[in-house]
Amino acid sequence: MSEIKKIKNLKEFSTSADRFEGANLLCPGCAHSIIVREILNATHDPLILGSATGCLEVCTAVYPYTSWDNSWIHIGFENASTAVAGAEAMYKARKRKGKLPASCEGKTPKFVAFGGDGATYDIGFQWISGCFERGHDMMYVCLDNEVYANTGGQRSSSTPIGASTVTTPAGRVSYGEKMMKKDIVGIMAAHGAPYVAQVAPNKWKDMVKKIQKGFQTEGPVFINAMSACTTEWKFAPDDTIAISDLATDSLVFPLYEIENGTKLTITYRPKNKVPVRDYLGAQGRFKHLFKPQYEYLIDEWQKMVDERWEYLQRREEASV
Amino acid sequence: MAEKMELNEVEVWDGNMAASQALRQAQIDVVAAYPITPSTPVVQNYGSFLANGYIDGEFVMVESEHAAMSGCVGAAAAGGRVATATSSQGFALMAEVLYQASGMRLPIVLVVVNRALAAPLNVNGDHSDMYMGRDSGWIQLDAFNAQEAYDLTLMAFKIGEDPEIRLPVMSHQDGFITSHTAENVRPLSDDEAYEFIGEYPMVNAMLDLAKPVTYGVQTEEDWHFEHKARQHHDLMTKVFGKVDEVFDAFEKKTGRKYNIVEKYDMDDAEVAIVALGTTVDTAKYVADNLRKTKGIKAGVVAPRLFRPWPHEQMMEALSGVKAVACLDRSSPNGAFGMLFNEVSATMYQSDNHPVITNYIYGLGGRDFTVEHAEEIYSELVANAEAGKPTTPLQQFIGLRGPKLSFY
Ligand SMILES: Cc1ncc(C[n+]2csc(CCOP(=O)(O)OP(=O)(O)O)c2C)c(N)n1
Ligand code: SF4
Repeated sequence: MSEIKKIKNLKEFSTSADRFEGANLLCPGCAHSIIVREILNATHDPLILGSATGCLEVCTAVYPYTSWDNSWIHIGFENASTAVAGAEAMYKARKRKGKLPASCEGKTPKFVAFGGDGATYDIGFQWISGCFERGHDMMYVCLDNEVYANTGGQRSSSTPIGASTVTTPAGRVSYGEKMMKKDIVGIMAAHGAPYVAQVAPNKWKDMVKKIQKGFQTEGPVFINAMSACTTEWKFAPDDTIAISDLATDSLVFPLYEIENGTKLTITYRPKNKVPVRDYLGAQGRFKHLFKPQYEYLIDEWQKMVDERWEYLQRREEASV
Repeated sequence: MAEKMELNEVEVWDGNMAASQALRQAQIDVVAAYPITPSTPVVQNYGSFLANGYIDGEFVMVESEHAAMSGCVGAAAAGGRVATATSSQGFALMAEVLYQASGMRLPIVLVVVNRALAAPLNVNGDHSDMYMGRDSGWIQLDAFNAQEAYDLTLMAFKIGEDPEIRLPVMSHQDGFITSHTAENVRPLSDDEAYEFIGEYPMVNAMLDLAKPVTYGVQTEEDWHFEHKARQHHDLMTKVFGKVDEVFDAFEKKTGRKYNIVEKYDMDDAEVAIVALGTTVDTAKYVADNLRKTKGIKAGVVAPRLFRPWPHEQMMEALSGVKAVACLDRSSPNGAFGMLFNEVSATMYQSDNHPVITNYIYGLGGRDFTVEHAEEIYSELVANAEAGKPTTPLQQFIGLRGPKLSFY
């Protein structure tokens, strides 16, 4: 087991590693880069990384440049998980044979794959499920911005009800997305994965704890990271953390973890719970919900979030 | 350490076993695989090698062929020897990742047991999948029987992994006809085979923690052309020399001689069949007979290498011939067959180009018989005498119902 990195404060944390360059093409205010940095900064371990096609990928490896100071691979939209699993299998094989490069001496790399919600909830789901069923020793991180951002804002199965996207636009007779967001965390926990957690970049201490716990875990780890997208959620680039605070404090995006498929623990309880209305109202993608004919949806949203919170608390209590 | 397998001087293996034995002897680090008829036994054999201690690499049974090739790409980029096997629909499902593997110059070996593509669903052999792979940036080697499937699969590692090449290689054999027919195969011993292929040369390994690498970047109009044309196409043309080198080394070791373009009875041939796979041996047999019984100067030309396309060797092989039949075992879809197109393009550049006709045959495992080959040769003789086609340019042989012929 590798040594756990000690982190004292945010300043030290944010400057303690330079494995993901600030020089990238992500939009100013994009939460993807904040999350990736937080994950990479949470550990001293060498990392072997992969990304699915999406904003993170196209913005960080445009030849002849790269933002990645660790080995990194991108294959396609759906298979980042399996690419990283393949690398992990190679590590195991060559370790057993005593044929690792000399630079691996005394070091244990960790294997991490990143994908957007499109790559995770939709097209790449089969590959991720396969990797988790086989038990590869890797971490999969979903950068959940609830939309296909890289192709210009189409809905995904993570898009929440009522959001206006370019393929489910709000209009005279439609309030936008009609489906409920898929419970990806529950589904991944149901694989019996040793560790599954939901994180948000504004709660960086919670993030560090979970990522470190994930890296200490043997077997597949799934992290669902809420990633506010200034472009598609339509808020000002300097409001990323403020929007994230609204999400976690309204419990729209609750923070919790599930161990071994069953043991659920809530890791953040807001002292001052914010109404869901405030969260929705801060983003252009929900603007239309405040028109009289759709306002009933805001109440339904609140009900949904309350019920979900109740459910999580009961599961925590019951420890099942 | 994997245990060595004691092999007889002559083993009775089918083409699948021959290929999986070659994979075992290469001591692959990672095999990620998914079963599909008729290549399934390659995966099964590998599983039994693992269960009995004959391999010590990772054998990852994934959930689809797309994942199989994705896992292979990740593993190869990490830095080690990688292979898998597939056919038909599995090949089609892999297609996206085949381009990624070659674009990243990862020397993966893929055993392709050729099979028709659905619909209609058909498990038998034809060359639809082999032809589908032609533009994917992979080197394509073609075996005509089980011995060759073994030999070429071994050589595939040596060719693809050469630091100057570093490209993925497909080792093709015909579904069922080769893959499921037991034949005498002369294997190398485990030690000899491994010594011939050599240790995997690690290049740009993700696992080299001292030297991080970025794989699978984006290049738009400012760099994509250079990558594809120079790194890839230009590099492909170096493959001929490397293949010759490896074929020579193999001949020294085993006495078995391979050529980039195989020529049979071609010294004085006036008519020739160009074919791939098991059909080659049938054509050879018929050419022999026709020479003996009818004095027809018949020959056979068979490319070992389908990609890169051996333009010069092909031209050299066919320049003295009067009439050529190109046999294509894949639906031409309202056009000429793939082999016909390749050979015609090559021979158009020749000063004395032969009359070339196209035969479509054997789709979905339909038999190609000695009689079919005899018929083709007799039409070639007529073409040679007339100095022009005496039959339609493209004909379908062995097809039931009204005769289909075009142009
Ligand atoms: C097989 C395939 N289908 C479609 C695409 C087009 N495509 C590229 S990225 C993308 C959306 C990415 O969305 P997401 O995974 O949510 O990541 P984000 O860009 O939002 O971070 C799509 C549809 C593709 N690259 N490959
Ligand atoms: S579109 Fe959204 S996810 Fe993509 S780079 Fe911009 S802010 Fe980030």
